[in-house]
Amino acid sequence: MSLILILEQVLNGLQFGVMLFLMAAGLTLVFGVMGLINLAHGALYMVGAFAAAAVAGWTGSFVLALMASLAAAAAAGALVEVTVIRRLYDRDHLDQVLATFALILIFSEGTRWLFGSFPLFLDVPSYLSGPVTLPGGIQYPLYRLAIIVIGLVVGAGLFWLIARTRIGVQIRAGEADREMIAALGVDISKLYTLVFALGAALAGLAGALVGAIQSVQVGMGEPVLILAFVVIVIGGIGSIKGALVGALLVGLTDTLGGVFLPQLFALMMEPASAASFGASLASMLIYILMAAVLLVRPSGLFGGSA
Amino acid sequence: MTDPVLRVENLSKSFGALKASNDISLDLRPGEIHALIGPNGAGKSTLIKQISGSLKPDTGRIEALGRDITALDTVARARLGLGRTFQISSLAMEFSVLQNVVLGALGARGKAYGLFRNVMKDKALLTTAQEALKRVGLQEAAQQRTSDLSHGQRRQLEVAVALTLKPRLFLMDEPMAGLGASGSKDLTAFLDSLRHEAPILLVEHDMDAVFALADRISVLVYGEVIATGSADEIRNNPEVRRAYLGEEDLA
Amino acid sequence: MALLLVPLMAWKMDEPFLITLATKVTILALAGVGLNIALGLGGLVSLGHAAFFGIGGYAMGILASHAQNYEPLFSWPFLFEGSNQMPLIWLVAVLASAAAALVIGALSLRTSGVYFIMITLAFGQMLYYFTISWSAYGGEDGLSIWVRNEMPGVNTLDPIQFFAVTFVILCLTLWFAARVAQSAFGLALSAARQSEERVETVGLAPFKLRLIAFVISGAITGLAGALFADLMRFVSPTMLSWHTSGEIMIFVILGGVGRLYGPVVGAAVYILLEHLLGGISEYWQIFLGLLLLGMVLFARGGLIGALLGREVAHD
Repeated sequence: MSLILILEQVLNGLQFGVMLFLMAAGLTLVFGVMGLINLAHGALYMVGAFAAAAVAGWTGSFVLALMASLAAAAAAGALVEVTVIRRLYDRDHLDQVLATFALILIFSEGTRWLFGSFPLFLDVPSYLSGPVTLPGGIQYPLYRLAIIVIGLVVGAGLFWLIARTRIGVQIRAGEADREMIAALGVDISKLYTLVFALGAALAGLAGALVGAIQSVQVGMGEPVLILAFVVIVIGGIGSIKGALVGALLVGLTDTLGGVFLPQLFALMMEPASAASFGASLASMLIYILMAAVLLVRPSGLFGGSA
Repeated sequence: MTDPVLRVENLSKSFGALKASNDISLDLRPGEIHALIGPNGAGKSTLIKQISGSLKPDTGRIEALGRDITALDTVARARLGLGRTFQISSLAMEFSVLQNVVLGALGARGKAYGLFRNVMKDKALLTTAQEALKRVGLQEAAQQRTSDLSHGQRRQLEVAVALTLKPRLFLMDEPMAGLGASGSKDLTAFLDSLRHEAPILLVEHDMDAVFALADRISVLVYGEVIATGSADEIRNNPEVRRAYLGEEDLA
Repeated sequence: MALLLVPLMAWKMDEPFLITLATKVTILALAGVGLNIALGLGGLVSLGHAAFFGIGGYAMGILASHAQNYEPLFSWPFLFEGSNQMPLIWLVAVLASAAAALVIGALSLRTSGVYFIMITLAFGQMLYYFTISWSAYGGEDGLSIWVRNEMPGVNTLDPIQFFAVTFVILCLTLWFAARVAQSAFGLALSAARQSEERVETVGLAPFKLRLIAFVISGAITGLAGALFADLMRFVSPTMLSWHTSGEIMIFVILGGVGRLYGPVVGAAVYILLEHLLGGISEYWQIFLGLLLLGMVLFARGGLIGALLGREVAHD
């Protein structure tokens, strides 16, 4: 196994991790500020992807498609927040789980009704396709590199938002003491809707970006959602920093593990069983990582009190 | 036997830069009611939590009933005989009054793994439970849902549950809180009679109750015990008056 | 209350399709009863319970497939060629799910609240992906068992007799669940759900109580899984997906969390909806979602709660 192959896989892991971060950031923000666990986050990812695919199909512009995904996901998020989510803030977690699970059903079947069961396709725009040569002679798809860059830029923007703007201060205060900021005169409902829509937009963007590499179909958000949960459990619920670290950890572990574990086992056993055993173990690797982190730090790496 | 039932030695606990408990030492003697008073933020809750087992002190030692309990958790301390009532009632709200007390009796018995027998028909548990209810005067309300009880009744229920454990000492966090004048009087009289069964370490703001009940008073200010003594000694202590100036009329 | 179970029996003499449907309801209700012990009594929101459902199913699948192919499962310490005897299969299913619940519970119960929900979800998914990659037993395509397993004295291929078997099991389990709810253990567990602090200060340890509840709960759901696999004569990773976990939770919620017959009512309603609405529209799950949403927002306590009103817990 060559250095080039390893580097390529590391980049893939980074790309995966950055996408997971976009998902996880929204989830962890919503939980940190509003105390709400939102299972329907994957549906918002899906909405973003479908919106992007639809708009790209009509206009042919990838940039417009991305903007559409942000807008559609944010709008869907805001709508859902105003109609359903805001009734759930005071409820116990079971109610939140059930209500958001119900939302998943509605969104999934609704999308299937609107768009049919066949996957849509979103094409990588021509100016982003093809490989690019990186230092060291590695050929890597330009689009994937673009995803990493976009994700990191968005991440930086998010950090700046939280750390430097007034909204960010409100968000951080809200995470620390929900009752307090209401008493201070901040308009809580607007803040909550904004945070929820922001999280939704991030998810939608992730969906659109990934939609060009994989297909756009109903249910695409669910595996990602669960991974996002693993990420925020590892990183600590409520912590954006934790979401980033956790996402990169998970992305790298999953990608590198999936590629290299079977090869590792091939050194020890015959190829057929090595492949299947390695694949099985690789698919479980992230969860084992999560369990390990929790054993040592029950609140996650950067988590405060949940 | 004048060995203290509870002894706290040099207890210290910090939360970051805030020293919530600063080298606290006090003790609780058999048959006495020892009140812990102090202005808000003095660290009384933190101290109680360390004694009950929910918080671990940074340094110091706690000894109860002759044993070092510093390393024991809440459950172990309860089993040892540490009875406790809470400032904010900690009861199973969906249960009936009787069920809550039976829970206490179950805890006293130690094991709750029976899967088949109907626990509410267990004669031994019921007897203990009903005795406890009678002592606090709640036997009429046995079938009522706990969430329907008044504030004062919930307080009584908490004491009843604590009694089923046959505690050797009591930790009470603001039992008078939220009670009206007659409720306070009743509870004061009850606690007075209770002291001979088990000494009580009492955190309270209600000065009437404190001066009526307490054999000794310790004053906690900014995490430190600034004085311990009889009611008169405390009333006349200049440091205490300074700490409370403007907050309570001690005279 | 028992009247709710009578309609199941009323279909006895009718078309085999209805009997199979009733059997499905019975088995799913059983899974729900299992979950209800952890969820309703213990307040543990386990979003990965399908893992136990699937473990039970795969226990059956593995034992039966080895038996029907005459391949030994293992030859040491003694030759074991699998089995197609139901009682043995059930025993293995129960033991396997209980063991899994012990491990998963021991790890997950160290956390609480949202963390617990997510961890149980994650563990469920972990096992789901594991079964997908386990090509020896069909992987993603699942495993078909040609012949239904045998039970001494019963012709299990006859729908009504199979139904009778599952029905008896459900009744026994309901009886067991009722006894547990009324027992000392049930009281302490329910109290831990309402106030953990209270339980600790009377000297009982919530962790142990919850772990035992989780194990019992997993074992029952595992038994349901084995029966389900027998009904369908098919085992697949879908049995372990979080959608399945969610569905089991829906049965419990529809009927009323913590109510003894809740899962029975819930499973019946769900299957009914699936068939009635499913006939009308392919997208019936939208209605299910709306119904569920409506229930969570407006009608807590499920259907039984709506009919009977609030009860004192534990009576």
